[in-house]
Amino acid sequence: MPRPGFVLDVDRSTPPTLFWHGEGFRLERLPVGSRVLYPPEALPALEDSDSAIRQALLNPIDSDPLPTLLKPGMKLTIAFDDVSLPLPPMRQPDVRQRVIEAVLEMAAAAGVDDVQLIVALALHRRMTEAELRHAIGDRVYDAFEPHGLLTQHDAEDPDNLIHLGTTEQGEDVELNKRAATSDLLVYVNINLVAMDGGHKSVATGLASYRSLRHHHNVRTMTHSRSFMDQHKSELHSSNWRIGRHIAAQGVKVFQIETTLNSDTFPDQFNFLQRREWEWNWRDRAGFLATSKSLQRTPARIARNIFHSIKAPHDITSVQAGAVEPVHELTTANVYKQQLVPVDGQTDIVTMGLPYICPYNVNSVMNPILVMCLGLGYFFNLYRGKPVVREGGVLIMSHPTPWEFHPVHHPSYIDFFEEVLAETTDPLEIEAKYEEQFATDPWYIHLYRTSHAYHGVHPFYMWYWGAHALEHLGGVIVVGGETRSVRRLGFKPASTLRDALEMAEDVVGRDPSITHLHLPPLMIADVT
Amino acid sequence: MRLPSRFPYRAATWPGGVARPPVKRRTGMAFETEWARRYPVRLARALVLDGVTRPAVRALASPELAGLDRIEGLEAPAIFTANHASHVDTALLLASLPSRFRHRTIVAAAADYFFDTRAKGAAFAFVLNAIPIERTKVSRRAADSAAELIADGWSVIIYPEGGRSPDGWAQPFRGGAAYLSLRCGAPVVPVHIEGTRRILRRGAKTLKPSTTTVTFGTPLRPTADEDARRFTSRIEAAVSMLADEQGTDWWTARRRAAAGTTPSMTGPPAGAWRRTWALGENRRRPGPSESRWPKL
Repeated sequence: MPRPGFVLDVDRSTPPTLFWHGEGFRLERLPVGSRVLYPPEALPALEDSDSAIRQALLNPIDSDPLPTLLKPGMKLTIAFDDVSLPLPPMRQPDVRQRVIEAVLEMAAAAGVDDVQLIVALALHRRMTEAELRHAIGDRVYDAFEPHGLLTQHDAEDPDNLIHLGTTEQGEDVELNKRAATSDLLVYVNINLVAMDGGHKSVATGLASYRSLRHHHNVRTMTHSRSFMDQHKSELHSSNWRIGRHIAAQGVKVFQIETTLNSDTFPDQFNFLQRREWEWNWRDRAGFLATSKSLQRTPARIARNIFHSIKAPHDITSVQAGAVEPVHELTTANVYKQQLVPVDGQTDIVTMGLPYICPYNVNSVMNPILVMCLGLGYFFNLYRGKPVVREGGVLIMSHPTPWEFHPVHHPSYIDFFEEVLAETTDPLEIEAKYEEQFATDPWYIHLYRTSHAYHGVHPFYMWYWGAHALEHLGGVIVVGGETRSVRRLGFKPASTLRDALEMAEDVVGRDPSITHLHLPPLMIADVT
Repeated sequence: MRLPSRFPYRAATWPGGVARPPVKRRTGMAFETEWARRYPVRLARALVLDGVTRPAVRALASPELAGLDRIEGLEAPAIFTANHASHVDTALLLASLPSRFRHRTIVAAAADYFFDTRAKGAAFAFVLNAIPIERTKVSRRAADSAAELIADGWSVIIYPEGGRSPDGWAQPFRGGAAYLSLRCGAPVVPVHIEGTRRILRRGAKTLKPSTTTVTFGTPLRPTADEDARRFTSRIEAAVSMLADEQGTDWWTARRRAAAGTTPSMTGPPAGAWRRTWALGENRRRPGPSESRWPKL
């Protein structure tokens, strides 16, 4: 039986705590009296995931069974999550492959000829052939791609977008035309965190900039407290409004959602998901061998090694049918894996940032993504109240190199060089610079034809952290490259001890400290 | 190169606020010895037993073997039960067994003593082919595993006293050997070992070479109306008779046995010094060493 999450009170006999540090690790001794939040252990996998998927399709929630929805001559579109999920990419067969194959078998049995697959990548970069083959498997890829039936959503293709009107709050709803005009849109989702899935799958994944800007903005982000708590997330509310509007326009969506357990790292990295005092000799040897060799490994090679990690994630649930009831069940299953009850807020929260976030799979974790992962994602992994109190300090550990992937993140480079050099205030950035980057023809060209994130994407990354920036009294990066940390508007510190000293200037003497032992992921349920 | 004496080079300390989970024991009764009966390990053990243990035993204990003719036609498996005075007993007995038994015999060893650490357990499992048993009771698990091994053709050495003699006199026999014999139908071979206490008595730190005698008795089988308790008495009587035979002669011992006057191996029910006195051993013991001063 996997153990639930755990809050450790650090005492004198507590061993040093593992901090992720990009493509490496640090062992840090936290002051006595600090708390360390450990995620729950991985839930057991479904015994037979293929038959569970089939059962979910045959017995959907608030919907007719999928086979009865499939008719000869109909227009069927299958959309699925892109390379940003799951993290790290999971071992083959990917859950998307399993689900898509199950859907296609039913479509074939029903004699559906007009089937198209669409990667719901919104403004993310297009996936490479290798990434697509990994996600949906060779069988599906080879059957659809050569005929042009496997496409990647293009949010800048005026010929393949359709405007479905506006919501009652004036939000434009512009979607992928093929998806919106299909007789049935099957969405295949992976729900790694509570924020994923639901109406967000279609309303965000298949939308255009014109539509996304209504919720990917500073106001929505600062009113989402947090993204992981649907009842307090403006991002969620906006997506739900748009999703319901889409349904009201007659777009029939059959939602298939899956949840994964938190078995995030393969056996040789087992120490990453164990509590330090429970490390056996194998874990200790693994840690020493990994960390020592990484210290002598050039950064580029270390990055390649880490990005080749495939997570042994297992499927813990699969549910299909109408979007809202399906997502309710999915969210409950995500919470079952990730919730950790936490008593009260803290003055200082510490976290070690790993090598990966949703936007740098097979890529470089540039400073903007460091900010987004720490302040956008990890800070928001809470329900109730943030782990850190208002005016508190967030300390994160990451090398934060001044380095960008020129193909994947071209607009990030200019955002970092030009925009952040002027201001780090999200509202000012939004008002002054967003439009210019979002409509830049060169960025649009790269987004549509290369493998680049959309020109506006770095802005969204910055907005993602807007709630944290507003809430926090200071952000300190331990072990980060000084000039890039300063460019982000944060303070660099060479050691955790220094960072804690600096934080005391903001929060006062003898602060309470809480460390988030991530990943594997968890959501702090703060009361 | 010396490794730093801190985590992660050494095991982490356990936080005070965290309850320790029940440790999954892999020592004592839970020690797994199946590996020690695989062919490569058996081969290695046979090499050690014949190449090291037997020459060492011959040099140290100069064993005189008696009664081997009584087990001439005996087929494995058998249960060898002997009195127990010294750690040397097992090596001596193994070295004295006919080859058809020697390489296919397991030794029932006290789980709390021989298997209290994994290293010790592994060493004894390898060298002596020892399996853990509980000395205080017949536990189902120990009995089951021993019975399985006997059914598999392995002979067993058991010391029914449950431990080495504290004072030179034997202790009352316990029922484990009899129970196994009743359960598996394997004959019990009573064995008497004399002289090992002079080589390495309980509590001694150094080995002193001496002469020893190992006397094998006639194999015993439980009769139809015998239970474990009564069979144990018979085994004990048989070993006592072998002790008598070793001290006197076969005929005297037989007669005394028939008359019910075989001297008890457990000694007189008297105070400690009188028991030691009656053992007669002290009187032959050499006096203190040349040094006139006590070793401090």
